[in-house]
Amino acid sequence: MKNKIPLIVLMIASLSGCTNVKPWVKPYERQNLADPIMVSNSHPISSAYLHHVHEAREGARGAAGSGGGGCGCN
Amino acid sequence: MNIKNTIIFFLLALNSLFVNSAVLPEDKIDVLYHSYDGGGVEVNGPSVLVRKKFLDNFSVSTNYYVDMVSSASIDVVTTASAYSEERTQYSVGVDYLHNETTISINYVNSDESDYEANNASLTISQDFFSNLTTLSIGYSNGWDTVMQNGQDDFSEDVDRQNFRVDLSQVITKNFFMNLTVEAITDDGFLNNPYRSVRFLDPTVASGYSFQSELYPDTKTSTAVVISGRYFLPYRAALHAEYRDYSDTWGVDAQNFEIKYIHPYNDHLTFEASTRYYQQNEADFYADLFPFQTAQNFLARDKELSSFDSISIGLGATYEFKMNSAGFEKGSVNLYYNYFQFDYDNFRDLTVVTAPGEEPLYSLDANVIRAFVSFWF
Repeated sequence: MKNKIPLIVLMIASLSGCTNVKPWVKPYERQNLADPIMVSNSHPISSAYLHHVHEAREGARGAAGSGGGGCGCN
Repeated sequence: MNIKNTIIFFLLALNSLFVNSAVLPEDKIDVLYHSYDGGGVEVNGPSVLVRKKFLDNFSVSTNYYVDMVSSASIDVVTTASAYSEERTQYSVGVDYLHNETTISINYVNSDESDYEANNASLTISQDFFSNLTTLSIGYSNGWDTVMQNGQDDFSEDVDRQNFRVDLSQVITKNFFMNLTVEAITDDGFLNNPYRSVRFLDPTVASGYSFQSELYPDTKTSTAVVISGRYFLPYRAALHAEYRDYSDTWGVDAQNFEIKYIHPYNDHLTFEASTRYYQQNEADFYADLFPFQTAQNFLARDKELSSFDSISIGLGATYEFKMNSAGFEKGSVNLYYNYFQFDYDNFRDLTVVTAPGEEPLYSLDANVIRAFVSFWF
């Protein structure tokens, strides 16, 4: 039963969803976020190469090219 | 919780977060020429990326990439001979869009004369909270084979696992932020079989001799990136990014980047950026060890030393409409980056003087990315 508790909680959450959250940035207010200059990784082929250069010359690695989603403009 | 319940838990968690908006990437061909020139190393070659949607819910992508390397780096000229080699990399990926959730799988193979790398990855992305938040969770597994030219019987393995979480959040109608955490674990032969460390040796004229480097068999790293992009009132964008990094070899690193994107008109966009990076040395790094096999692990790789670097970047993109050969739009792009690396405890052995008195090494590098893109 202990293992099923998280499942039950999530099933309830699944049914209710999160669609009741009122967006503080309305869909009609998102034209700036949807502008092509706001895309974080607009040229994946190019940014991947620069990340490759960084990783070849530096000791650090990972978490490069942080996600570009979340603008709600699709 | 067993594996089955864990999977169900995970899927339900994603389902509960579901609202509309995920879309597949655009159909596009990119053809890129890349060039790196710095520190006696020249690397250039092509990269071609093709992406195409099919069956409404799928998008497939494939990438062909080549590094043609000509190296007379400081390591090579002081301990070995200049060399040339070629690395070829292929990748194929599929994105699947179902109920507004995007599931991506990708496979990469990289092959060169003395190293083969394979990597398979799975990423699940979901938009929620009225499309103001995007959560991506990724896992990848890599399996490499390390070889040594001239030693046919030498073959060692490396296994690698990556765990990554991306969270993107709209803050205002002009500003969004990203938080990315990635943990990577390596297990296997992590040395470079050609690289040496040096130690004081009063029996030779130079005062020092070399022995093979020796690294631990495991390494785990954690990187956290926080970034944000702001839309300026006159239609330009400002991007800032900070990364904090640490690993079990004792390397801590930080980098900060700021980028400005300025559209000049409907066709032409300019970009300028600067980036600062600094790290401390690994626990087992030394430029000069006091005697042979002075400790269990030995490194004199300048990428494991203490150093900082600063880079500046400039770029321009020209976009144009097309009505031929099935293409709708195209772009011509040119990006240039200049790097300056200053090492704090890696010395230039091309200067002959008393051991440990050589000048500190530094290098600069020029990086060019020139590419065309066609949307269809």
